[in-house]
Amino acid sequence: MPIKKMNREKESNNKGMTLIVKTITRLTVGLILLYGIYLVLHGHISPGGGFAGGVIIALSFIHLMLAFGKDFAFKKLSETKTHILESIGALLFLTIALLGLSGGYFFLNFLSRGEPFKLFSAGTIPLCNIAISIKVAAGLFAIFVALVLFKGLREE
Amino acid sequence: MEINLLLLFMIFAAIVAVEIEDLLSSVIAMGAVGLGLSLAFLILKAPDLAITQLVVEILCLIILIRATINKDLPLVKDGRWLFNTTATLTFVGLFLIFAYFALKDLPQFGAPIMRVAKDYIASGLEKTGAANLVASVVLDFRVYDTLGEATVLFTAAIGVLAVIRKVGRINANKKNE
Repeated sequence: MPIKKMNREKESNNKGMTLIVKTITRLTVGLILLYGIYLVLHGHISPGGGFAGGVIIALSFIHLMLAFGKDFAFKKLSETKTHILESIGALLFLTIALLGLSGGYFFLNFLSRGEPFKLFSAGTIPLCNIAISIKVAAGLFAIFVALVLFKGLREE
Repeated sequence: MEINLLLLFMIFAAIVAVEIEDLLSSVIAMGAVGLGLSLAFLILKAPDLAITQLVVEILCLIILIRATINKDLPLVKDGRWLFNTTATLTFVGLFLIFAYFALKDLPQFGAPIMRVAKDYIASGLEKTGAANLVASVVLDFRVYDTLGEATVLFTAAIGVLAVIRKVGRINANKKNE
């Protein structure tokens, strides 16, 4: 039984980096993802915004892929899912823009402005931030995956 | 003062990135240039830009290292150095001549022309309700630019996926069967 377990550990170790990197990654990757989401949601109050937050979210998945190997990362976010999410982000942004037509013109800030410095304020700006962040995160992760898989194909 | 030191550091790192033999060291020197640019944005009081620059630089560095490591790319060194040097010097001279006439008419560093931006700063908070003025400009006043940027990124991702795929999807399916 122990031999089998050792073999299995060896197999799983072969896919990523060393145990030290894996342990540190397990501790930090959630915090990185959380920081990205924080930057997105508070984009209209503090520095940050949809683009920077989206890149940080993509970096957290890239961190997973570098440390644990591509199979583990694809279990969390598969390649097909990234393509779907990227399209959803772009369509969401366009939908917000088209909803402005109900009040008169394209990209009208049709929601109430609310009180400044509160989380729920500034009308459609937080929604646009969220849409852009989904699009950026999925798009950059898809680009990275394409480059990594391309390299693997050539080695075979 | 600090900004001049940073500029000198960035120019030095860029020259190192061009001149060094090892490809990996060159990529690291590129990262040093990006870090210097991020610090310059921080000194000029643009934290939004500094965050974005730092994060994008890290992503580019990871992708470049994954793409260049373990790969022996040929370094072209032969021939035509006379033509290359002459062409470079000619264009540098032309650039300097036109810059001498053009840069005289630009406003002083740190004193931009505030014709439209004056209104944005004055009425940004009450018109959009966003405390971060950058967000209110990027996602409300100038949101058409953001739409264009999003389209560019979408097209770039699709282009990378289409170009880098060596085997078409139909052929890959046939191979698996």
